[in-house]
Amino acid sequence: MAAAQAGLPVRLESVAGELPLPVFVGITNELEMRYPNHPSTNESQPHILGSLTGSAPHPPADRPVLRHPDTSMDKQEAWSPPRSPGISPPCSPSAYRSYPYGAQRNGTDTLLAYDGKVPGRPSVPQENSSPSHYSLKLQSEQPVITRGASVERLVERAEIDYSDEPWRITEEQREYYTNQFRSLQPDLNALIMGTVAKNFFTKSKLPIPELSHIWELSDVDKDGALTFPEFCTAFHLIVARKNGYPLPETLPATLRPGFVEPGVVTVPPSEATEPLIVFDDNMMPGANQLEMGSVDLQMTSRPGVTAKQDRREESRKPAEFSPKRIPDPHEKPIQRVSTLKPDSPQELDANMKSRTRPRSYSSTSMDDAMKKVEEPPTPPPRPQKTHSRASSLDLNKLFQQSGQGSRPSQHSLSAKSGWLPPPPALPPRPPATQIFSFLPSSEKSSQKAVQQPNFADFSKFREEDSTLRHQGHAPQKPVRRKLHPESQSATPPSATPYSAATLTKSTQRPPPKQKREIQMAIRKNRETNAVLTRLNSELQQQLKVVHRERVTLESQLELLRPVAST
Amino acid sequence: QSLCVHLNYPLYIRSVPTQGELKFHYTVHTSLDVVEEKISGVGKALADQRELYLGLLYPTEDYKVYGYVTNSKVKFVIVVDSSNTSLRDNEIRSMFRKLHNSFTDVMCNPFYNPGDPIQSKAFDSIVSTMMVQAC
Repeated sequence: MAAAQAGLPVRLESVAGELPLPVFVGITNELEMRYPNHPSTNESQPHILGSLTGSAPHPPADRPVLRHPDTSMDKQEAWSPPRSPGISPPCSPSAYRSYPYGAQRNGTDTLLAYDGKVPGRPSVPQENSSPSHYSLKLQSEQPVITRGASVERLVERAEIDYSDEPWRITEEQREYYTNQFRSLQPDLNALIMGTVAKNFFTKSKLPIPELSHIWELSDVDKDGALTFPEFCTAFHLIVARKNGYPLPETLPATLRPGFVEPGVVTVPPSEATEPLIVFDDNMMPGANQLEMGSVDLQMTSRPGVTAKQDRREESRKPAEFSPKRIPDPHEKPIQRVSTLKPDSPQELDANMKSRTRPRSYSSTSMDDAMKKVEEPPTPPPRPQKTHSRASSLDLNKLFQQSGQGSRPSQHSLSAKSGWLPPPPALPPRPPATQIFSFLPSSEKSSQKAVQQPNFADFSKFREEDSTLRHQGHAPQKPVRRKLHPESQSATPPSATPYSAATLTKSTQRPPPKQKREIQMAIRKNRETNAVLTRLNSELQQQLKVVHRERVTLESQLELLRPVAST
Repeated sequence: QSLCVHLNYPLYIRSVPTQGELKFHYTVHTSLDVVEEKISGVGKALADQRELYLGLLYPTEDYKVYGYVTNSKVKFVIVVDSSNTSLRDNEIRSMFRKLHNSFTDVMCNPFYNPGDPIQSKAFDSIVSTMMVQAC
């Protein structure tokens, strides 16, 4: 293996000159080839890919040969018997993971000999041995040994799909990522810890700063762990990087976690991408634009709400509610909010189960202002267990207290119908906090307000869930959340343990709107107070200066008077 | 105007304008003493956000120094020209808040080892935006 690896760079240099060209040529060829070959099996794709890369050093006339992958199989055998074990794995993507790394190395080894033949055989049919092409591509693309045979195959797959859009993840790539995800974390809805992911991605031999950048790009909720879509994004970026694509500064729209929804069955891509793209546009420029992005998200999501199924509505709702939370924390770190927003649609879709349903009805009871105040913009995504929790009971009580007759019915369990009214009420999107303060006064806002606290509730639960699941990382989230309500004088100090804080927060939710208003007023007063205090101190200093001057002048006057009098 | 992230040794320094950076280094180092003095004076373990903001540390000849310390003893220092009196206290606070959040983002990255100089581009862009806004 070591010899092969050592041999690889040596060989690579000799062919490096031609290979970059072949790669790009191969990619453009793929565009033509892709659609005719797309319906073909996975096996043929690698064949094509391999053939494309192999064809680069060969005259273009060989390309027509690509159309007949069948004939290539025979040639394949002629080349290298050792490579035949490698042929079978490509046929089954699921076997990628288990494919012995050593076997790949063997293929590479033999490929070295093949490379020597390549320049000398212009008429060599390309579509043959996919593993050989795998290795060829391997050599051309990755002088460094990647994390495994699976990664190399993935690169091949990725190559195929880069023809028209390098940042789009195809189905087979997704399948591959799913398998890799499962190898790290059996539950697709769970998170991969940062350290686990770090070790895994370090195997790809990319330099650490690049991996760090990839992490920053893909961990949109900034929780130090990767959800499945985030993992796909990160993996995809790594693959892209290994293929020579420069890392983007910002996350492309197609790679946003919301765009790729593993569990979603019927999400129309257009709808899913709409808000996400808006996010993308708005997230990147700067913190101040995040609110705008959230507005847009709301706008785009709103039409979707009325037209779509409940699940969709619910997925939108959290997105809508999370933007609502944004205005509340004034100049709060808006970035955090926006990062949470992509998380919310993504997580919602990921957690599409019936859990989301309950959320809808529970939202009605709370005062959204309260929620916002206490809950930094955490997306409501993780629903439900609310009913089992005390806070949900509180919500129920509050709900009844508020006397909203329609709501309790929603509460009961099929909240879907109740879900509809609130979304349309969202339009008066508060771009600034002042508007938000008006919300409690309006009816609709009260509905929204009610819904929001529930989200806060859910987000608490989600945090609690994540606490249970990922102890190492959950504390980061709560600490983060604590940073947000900094100006919120009423919020408990962040020093309190996370669980205690969540409990206290949940108990604080029941208070009526007025308390929230009072808190807002308190906060404003404190700020004015601070400003006034500062002004006061400055004025005091000026007063002292003036006083000193006056004293000196008086003393001078005293001195002069006797002189004058005499 | 400059900004510095310190852990008793600089993790990150950025200045606008870029000349005179050494002077800022010196100022920041001396201001660390004031920071230490303030945080050691706190008897009870206060983790309240508000306490993290240390306020105007020391108004020197031309400029003012503002300090902010995190729970993990990472200090943020902002130096601004006195001529820039338009910067209110709340603005400084919000700047520190943004800084803190960006810093935690950087920390979350498993590839970042605490104690390394901060090389995150996202962090850089946020700092640049902030400084442009303030100037």
